Amino acid sequence: MAEQVAPVTNGTPRLQLRGISKTYGAVRALTDVSFDVHAGEVVGLVGDNGAGKSTLIKAIAGVGPADEGQFILEGETINITSPTVASKLGIETVYQDLALCDNLDIVSNLFLGHEEHSTWIPRLLRPLNEIKMEKRTIEVLRTLDVKVPSVRTPVSSLSGGQRQSIAVAKTILRNAKVVMLDEPTAALGVAQTKQVLNLIRRLRDQGLAVIVISHNLADVFEVVDTVVVLRLGRKVGTFDVKSTTPEQVIASITGAEFKADVPMDMNGVDLGGSNK
Amino acid sequence: MSETISPKPPVEQQQQMVEIPTARTRPTLSQLLRQDLGFLPVMFTLIVIAIYFQATTGGLFLTPRNISNLILQIGEIGIIGLGAALVLLLGEIDLSLAAVATMSAVAMGVLSERMGVGPWEAVLIGILIGAGAGLINGVFIAILRIPSFIVTLAASIGYSGLLLFSLAGDSSLVIHDPTLISLSGTYLSNLVGTGIPIVVILLYIASVLINEVRRRRAGLRTKSVGALAIQIGLVVLLGGGVLVLFNSYLGVPSAAALLILFILLVWLLLVKTGFGRHVYAVGGNIEAARRAGINVVGIRLAVFTMASTLAAIGGILAASRGLSVSSQIDPTLLLNAIASAVIGGVSLFGGQGSVWSIILGALIIGSLENGLDLRSQGTDVKQMIEGAVLLLAVTVDALTRRAQARSRSGR
Repeated sequence: MAEQVAPVTNGTPRLQLRGISKTYGAVRALTDVSFDVHAGEVVGLVGDNGAGKSTLIKAIAGVGPADEGQFILEGETINITSPTVASKLGIETVYQDLALCDNLDIVSNLFLGHEEHSTWIPRLLRPLNEIKMEKRTIEVLRTLDVKVPSVRTPVSSLSGGQRQSIAVAKTILRNAKVVMLDEPTAALGVAQTKQVLNLIRRLRDQGLAVIVISHNLADVFEVVDTVVVLRLGRKVGTFDVKSTTPEQVIASITGAEFKADVPMDMNGVDLGGSNK
Repeated sequence: MSETISPKPPVEQQQQMVEIPTARTRPTLSQLLRQDLGFLPVMFTLIVIAIYFQATTGGLFLTPRNISNLILQIGEIGIIGLGAALVLLLGEIDLSLAAVATMSAVAMGVLSERMGVGPWEAVLIGILIGAGAGLINGVFIAILRIPSFIVTLAASIGYSGLLLFSLAGDSSLVIHDPTLISLSGTYLSNLVGTGIPIVVILLYIASVLINEVRRRRAGLRTKSVGALAIQIGLVVLLGGGVLVLFNSYLGVPSAAALLILFILLVWLLLVKTGFGRHVYAVGGNIEAARRAGINVVGIRLAVFTMASTLAAIGGILAASRGLSVSSQIDPTLLLNAIASAVIGGVSLFGGQGSVWSIILGALIIGSLENGLDLRSQGTDVKQMIEGAVLLLAVTVDALTRRAQARSRSGR
């Protein structure tokens, strides 16, 4: 495979996928997908409906483990068998539904299932250490440049962009190494989309490896460093956004012939030619 | 905003960068009524009811003696309502609470009167039977994932049969044991009845102040002195007022003390511990709770068990006050318990509500019962009115939810 241009870092990629395949009964959902994500890099995963984006995300997150292939995290081969394993390894996913409890405030949501306790009584009955949690919440929200009325506001009263931010902040709190965002800007207005894109940049600046699934190429081109295109379960292209036009990516997504116009200096490009 | 992340500013500064109070739109009155001041309409209703009965019973309603009676009446409704509230917080319902309450009381009565078991042992076994019934509910609901509505309805019907069976044909059993009778009807001595509440209130004030000091030290946002004073003042005023009221008759009735004690314990559990946080989380968004690694099955099992345990305690208190146990389940008991939770603002849809408000709910239900009794109205009128009140409370809850959802999507 051609050497990928990592815009921010070099050396060992944070996460490497090697020959990932997955079948559902007779359907081959993923065939031999390989790509790398570096620390401080945002990879956009694009493709038409049914291209295998969700299947791939589920494989990385451990929700639907892959049948074949290797995941290599910071140079070490890992075995992702369940979401808990993935989370322990530092791979966190923010799904479209965000998985927030609307009735709880921001602090409670961030620490849900990982509450800080004062340490002198048996586990579940220990008083919560609200002050410690609130302090940490403010630190995390600041690094993400998120603004809220108060960290004690119930999540239900936040805007869509803020809610997305809280869901992402949860992953930071768990010391994630790789963060996957599933359609983070779907159903958001212009201002809130901007807010979320800013958030993704912040994640990158924190040195995280970020994988973003999106349908919205405008968003993708604004924030990602590398675009990986899936079509019918195969990876059909890897583009560096700096030297690519959206048209080329669209051509790759749909499988249209675009080859003639493509400049030859593109990195690791494998346009429509990989047809079976 | 700063580009580099590395040099960390002190927390106070961070707090100012994250929490932007001006970003908060000023809440309208109707929003406030749906949130922090949600108890005001309930309080207002209670006052209207009190004034109405005071006027129509010739001043009998608001005498210290009648209020003391009223408190005895709501002791059991409140404790069973507390169990109902726990289950409602999960977004579930428990229709077997009244049956469990009655069954535990009957078990206690039979053990004590017919089998010669000591009073405390009888009470303990009664409570354990209640806990066991709750655990059975929990197994079906949490582990086998059968809808709680059906499981508890079936349990309720089954237990009413079991009641007839265990009283062996009698319709009721009179309780003679003086210890059992004294459970509900005693008045605490002045030292205990006044001393403990004062200590509790002082502890509360101390913990509020210490918490504020620690927050200030940690650089977090603190309340203004005025807000603190109002918060503490309200609690002192309420607690003091209730104490004076009780002491103007015979003292603090043990039923009231037990109700407040259990509410206090459940409140501490719900608000101050991880367990409580998880209960609210499961009620708010069960899928999110599961993904956060919360033991959803364990939480639901525990809550259903606790609810039935509280119901058993309520049932035993009711038996103690009524001096007998009966094979017939009081038809309005379940409704009253659930109504006192819902009227108090515990949402039927899960995850919303405070257990303290159950006192208000139980007071409304109790006042209706008590006032209608004073006016010598029969069961017919009482049941119709109580049914209507529950329907009204549930409707208000549902409409509030919808209004909240609307105001959110409009943001």
